[in-house]
Amino acid sequence: MPEEGMEDNKEGEERPKWNNKAEYLLTCIGFAVGLGNVWRFPYLCQIYGGGAFLIPYLIALVFQGLPLLYLELAIGQRLRMGSIGVWNSISPYLGGVGVASMLVSFCVSLFYNTIVAWVLWYLFNSFQEPLPWSQCPLNHNNTGYVEECVESTPVNYFWYRQTLNITPNMETSGSLQWWLVVSLATAWSIVYICFVRGIKTIGKAVYFTATFPYLVLTIFLVRALTLPGSSEGLIYLFTPDWEILKNPQVWLDAATQIFFSLSVAFGGLISFSSYNSQKNNCEKDAVLVGVINSATSIYASIPIFAILGFKAHTNYVTCLNGNILALTNEFDISDMNITVENYEQWFDSLNGTHPSRVSDLKLKTCDLQTFLDQSASGTGLAFIVFTEAVISMPGSQVWAVLFFIMLFSLGLSSMFGNLEGILTPLHDLKLVPKWMPNELFTAIICLLLFLMALIFCLGSGNYWLEIFNSYVGSVPFLIIAFFEIIAVAYIYGIGRFSDDLEFMTGHRPNIFWKVCWLVISPLMLFVVLVAYVAVQAQTPPTYAAWNPDYVNFPNTEVLPYPDWVFAICVLLSSVPVISIPLVAIYRLICCMSGRHSKDSLHNNPNPYANEDYVVELLL
Amino acid sequence: MPSLTVPPGAPPILQSLTVPPGAPPILQSLAVTLERMLVRILVLLYLAGAPALAQTLCQPNASNGYRVRISIKTALGNQAYEWNENEMFLFRATMAFAMRRYYKTETYNVDNIIVCNQTRRVSFWFVVISPENPTMLIPKADVEKAVSMSRHRINNAFLLTDRTLEFLGIYPTLAEPVNPDTPPWLIVFGVVIGAVFAGIIALLVSSLLQKRRKEKGMMEDGQDEEDRQMKGVENGINLDGIYNRGFTDDDRFTKL
Repeated sequence: MPEEGMEDNKEGEERPKWNNKAEYLLTCIGFAVGLGNVWRFPYLCQIYGGGAFLIPYLIALVFQGLPLLYLELAIGQRLRMGSIGVWNSISPYLGGVGVASMLVSFCVSLFYNTIVAWVLWYLFNSFQEPLPWSQCPLNHNNTGYVEECVESTPVNYFWYRQTLNITPNMETSGSLQWWLVVSLATAWSIVYICFVRGIKTIGKAVYFTATFPYLVLTIFLVRALTLPGSSEGLIYLFTPDWEILKNPQVWLDAATQIFFSLSVAFGGLISFSSYNSQKNNCEKDAVLVGVINSATSIYASIPIFAILGFKAHTNYVTCLNGNILALTNEFDISDMNITVENYEQWFDSLNGTHPSRVSDLKLKTCDLQTFLDQSASGTGLAFIVFTEAVISMPGSQVWAVLFFIMLFSLGLSSMFGNLEGILTPLHDLKLVPKWMPNELFTAIICLLLFLMALIFCLGSGNYWLEIFNSYVGSVPFLIIAFFEIIAVAYIYGIGRFSDDLEFMTGHRPNIFWKVCWLVISPLMLFVVLVAYVAVQAQTPPTYAAWNPDYVNFPNTEVLPYPDWVFAICVLLSSVPVISIPLVAIYRLICCMSGRHSKDSLHNNPNPYANEDYVVELLL
Repeated sequence: MPSLTVPPGAPPILQSLTVPPGAPPILQSLAVTLERMLVRILVLLYLAGAPALAQTLCQPNASNGYRVRISIKTALGNQAYEWNENEMFLFRATMAFAMRRYYKTETYNVDNIIVCNQTRRVSFWFVVISPENPTMLIPKADVEKAVSMSRHRINNAFLLTDRTLEFLGIYPTLAEPVNPDTPPWLIVFGVVIGAVFAGIIALLVSSLLQKRRKEKGMMEDGQDEEDRQMKGVENGINLDGIYNRGFTDDDRFTKL
């Protein structure tokens, strides 16, 4: 007993605590609400028939997202440890789940902060007049514009050449782009400063990072609704196409979107709730975080699509104006006699009288629907489509700065959870040397992650990031979550879990939660996992490369992954989850050889659990 | 007898108007009148033909001409002015100005700029004739250089831009990009990274100071404990903890 007391004193005091409930909730909400809410959900909503997509989305939220969320927050709060310690406590054979969580959080932190670095780079470049992505730069001898830029668009050129300096394929690695290294260093420094004092500083930072995006989204919403064409974008987004619900792909994408959006299986949520006092109503917290996350997704899609509608409208008008100019010049019609409104009539009459001359002009077909269909998700939405829309808005610099600060705070608050999923388990595993202060340990981890993330600053970095995103950020999480729910529902026992919940929240979980944990959520997770793997296995592993020498440039060239790259992809998917069976086997072997299994339960006693006192009395 | 000397350079038709000597005076005076009429007609024709001659110099797709296309409504919208003869006059005067500026002479005039084929687009062709020799056209290359040199002035005379006042075949020179010495993004980056590092150092220093203060406080507590423990050991009594009042011997004070 005295040893435990001394150890507590050595660590500082007892486990760090949240200053108040608001900080804890804002941190969890900030972790859950990330870049995906802004640039993945609106895209899915659009391609899957607008309003109709909400149905599978909300069903997945209620039956899969909320139970998992409640489960993670509850076990973290009850067992008061990070992910590794928690799963070790529940069952030593399932300690691998915690290790897998930590490894996956590690890999995700690497590429996620690189995206934040890109956002910072764009933010730094938004303080210029004119915006650098609005016009093509001149070539060497000032005779014309750079050819690559003229063939694609200035926005594409700025993203692929001046930001990424991307290589034509994955085999060519290129060199380190120093401006990206600088942006990455800034991103990691900002993450570090928020982590310096652990949750004390995080708790202060989230007051800004978790709330600012909502402010910016509202400003954009008000601005976007006054722009021409915004209503077309909104109608396009929300027009429900009920037929789409018959496509199983929709249900799969809804389930995966909810799952990745809530950031379960990272271990971060477990860590955050472990800093709570045990008598906290985590049921309400879970429902609140889940509902706010989904509401944010829906709320974010409105200004995004209003602005995309504006962009489509602008492109349509520009296309028409090009045609009008060609017709005016060819037929010497008075200036501005042909307008966007009467273009059709003029075109028909001119085509009727002089069809050969009109066809020689090679006029473009301008269709608003085609422009609206040009959607994008992910980095394409933020760095290509949205930046193009921003150029056409008056006062572009202000909108660009606001947009990128919003993306930055969304990414930063998610990074808190990612990094927490690495640091807390390491602390709880007592892997930190006794003499090292926490600040130094955090600095070492941040430095290590920064150095490893330098591969994303190479010329081929974007291709590697896509690989990490697709292979690390998908299947391993599904597997981990599946084992989590099986562990708690069947190995820990739903009865014991209900007792813990009664201790924490004051009432036993109702039948809905129990049914979800026992049957519905594991089943849904299993089906989603199998379906996801099946779909992935059917799609050939290819990537889209930006190659200026490609025949169909500016279309991206679709190339297959080289064999060694594909091997790395498979490794990335399997190595994190391989720790689950490995640790189980290891424990089995240890169990056979010696009675070490019981120690893990008592190695990390809860200072608040009082079992030690009970043991003392019995002695 | 009036001499009907026909000037040597006269056209053959006049030269054939020789009246044989010995003709009656009526015939002679008739010949004179006819000759005068013909001369007048020829002079009139010549005067009328000069612009026609000039017009033949200016033709669509002329080898030394340029086509101009003007889009006033596109440029000015509601404040567009109407294109009329006065505007055309201004154009010709501006072009003469451009030629004067290029050649650094003062010989060019409005008459040296010939305009033709105006459409309602508004577009027209123009050629420049040399002031010395009205039949000679200024070559295309020189006209292009003159226009490029004074392009800005020409645009401003009409409140138009390179895009709305087009000289087909003369491409506007691209604007020089403004290249600041330090890229602006570096400045923003410098400010941000400076603030972040200052914050990190401030936080680290303050937590270091806090730890030192706590250690000092604990050390002093520890010293007290040591003293007490020493005393305890000396006296054989364990003096850890708070004095337990339950053990006071206050029977002496209770009044029975």
